[in-house]
Amino acid sequence: MAELRLPLDEKTVRALEVGAGVELTGRMITGRDAAHKWLLEEHREAVAPFLEGTVIYHCGPVVRQLDDGSYEFVAAGPTTSIREEPYQADVIDRYGLRGVIGKGGMGLKTLAGLQKSGALYLHAVGGAAQVLAEAVKKVERVFMLEEFGVPEALWVIEVEKFPVMVTMDARGGSLHTEVEDYSKAQFERLLAAPA
Amino acid sequence: MLTKERYVDTFLELIRRASAELPSDVVQALQQGRDREASDSLARQALVTILDNVDLARAKSAPICQDTGTPVAWVSYPEGTSTRLLEEAMHEAVKEATAKSYLRPNAVDTLTGKNTGDGAGRAIPFLHFEEWDEPKVEVRLILKGGGCENVGVQYKLPDTGLQAGRDLEGVRRVVLDAVVQAQGKGCAPGVLGICIGGDRVSGFSESKCQLLRPLSDTNPMAELAELEERLLKEANELGIGPMGFGGKTTVLGVKVGVLDRLPASYFVTISYMCWADRRAAVSLDEEGAATWLN
Repeated sequence: MAELRLPLDEKTVRALEVGAGVELTGRMITGRDAAHKWLLEEHREAVAPFLEGTVIYHCGPVVRQLDDGSYEFVAAGPTTSIREEPYQADVIDRYGLRGVIGKGGMGLKTLAGLQKSGALYLHAVGGAAQVLAEAVKKVERVFMLEEFGVPEALWVIEVEKFPVMVTMDARGGSLHTEVEDYSKAQFERLLAAPA
Repeated sequence: MLTKERYVDTFLELIRRASAELPSDVVQALQQGRDREASDSLARQALVTILDNVDLARAKSAPICQDTGTPVAWVSYPEGTSTRLLEEAMHEAVKEATAKSYLRPNAVDTLTGKNTGDGAGRAIPFLHFEEWDEPKVEVRLILKGGGCENVGVQYKLPDTGLQAGRDLEGVRRVVLDAVVQAQGKGCAPGVLGICIGGDRVSGFSESKCQLLRPLSDTNPMAELAELEERLLKEANELGIGPMGFGGKTTVLGVKVGVLDRLPASYFVTISYMCWADRRAAVSLDEEGAATWLN
């Protein structure tokens, strides 16, 4: 598995292809439904430096606040990414993201955005909340906690060897399209079978 | 004594078990899936990670998945038991479980978008009640994640596009369509709870109730047992695989129930449960002694 440090540069991103396993180390940020809408309503100056060059993780974690006021991720797997399809390409473009981590894959608008901006769709294993929480070493800060609540807030985190797979690349490749096409052909074959 | 406190304590432990400890039949099905997949495939890597995660959650007594879902419970109780008390106790247990991080604060006010913060809300948790002849209270709980709930679907037969008529062949066609539509988005490999018949409410209710059955059981109705077996085999030929990465393990189990219907309606309702098929059950006797069930 290739180990990559965040932030990522465009050249590294464009060299990676669908099927590659990657371990990420460095700083990333979480954001899901409310965050994506909010990031496009206007340019969010305070958050922008935490998005530039890194990846946004579609995750609504379980978080524990410790006695000293700091936070700890208790469970932190990916959420379904397709809900961000209307926003994702624009968020990548506006804030200079180099990738997205989520599950389930995304659509054609995002795929085109990845190609244009030089970014990746990285698939984490859905439901693997403990394995992934172990890779989160530190919670640096949080944006919009009061307004959005724990799952929807933007958490800035330090990760170490965070395991993901490239399932959509910056060259137009998508594992999700391949699997969907194959499964639809199999479906047609099964429907044609005698009752 | 079966006091409210006794109920709350027991339900809290019930929730902890459901959130952190995957039932053994589900673990076994995941292991069989892992062993079936090619050694260097993404499918196998995903299942290895999933099984590591299951062990870690149990060891740490922490949520298997951060989406701790909607707690849905089926409660059987003897005559004279207050269902209002049981409902209140479950709400309290959910709040305590959220404070202890067994659950995520997972209830959002739909109109304001504000998280309630304590895990409870309108219809969260959701309880089904049934009076029975036994002198004990039995509670069967599932934690139903949002990703898989979003891919659940209800078909109305006949369906022209899928050439699905009002018979078990029609049911087969729409169920396979539901699996194709879901791809990996419901966190495959999933479990399908299916109800044939009923109305739009009872259909979804029964489809979820089917998820309480252990994966290894056999449907007592021969024609449904045969349908379950065929659907399991065929769904796994679709090639969607764990997480939709491709592979042989798309579905871990298929459970089909049947309700009567109106002449005008023929619904087929499918509730998709993610691989984190979280369920737990407990029985409380008159003294308040708990027996943990499978």
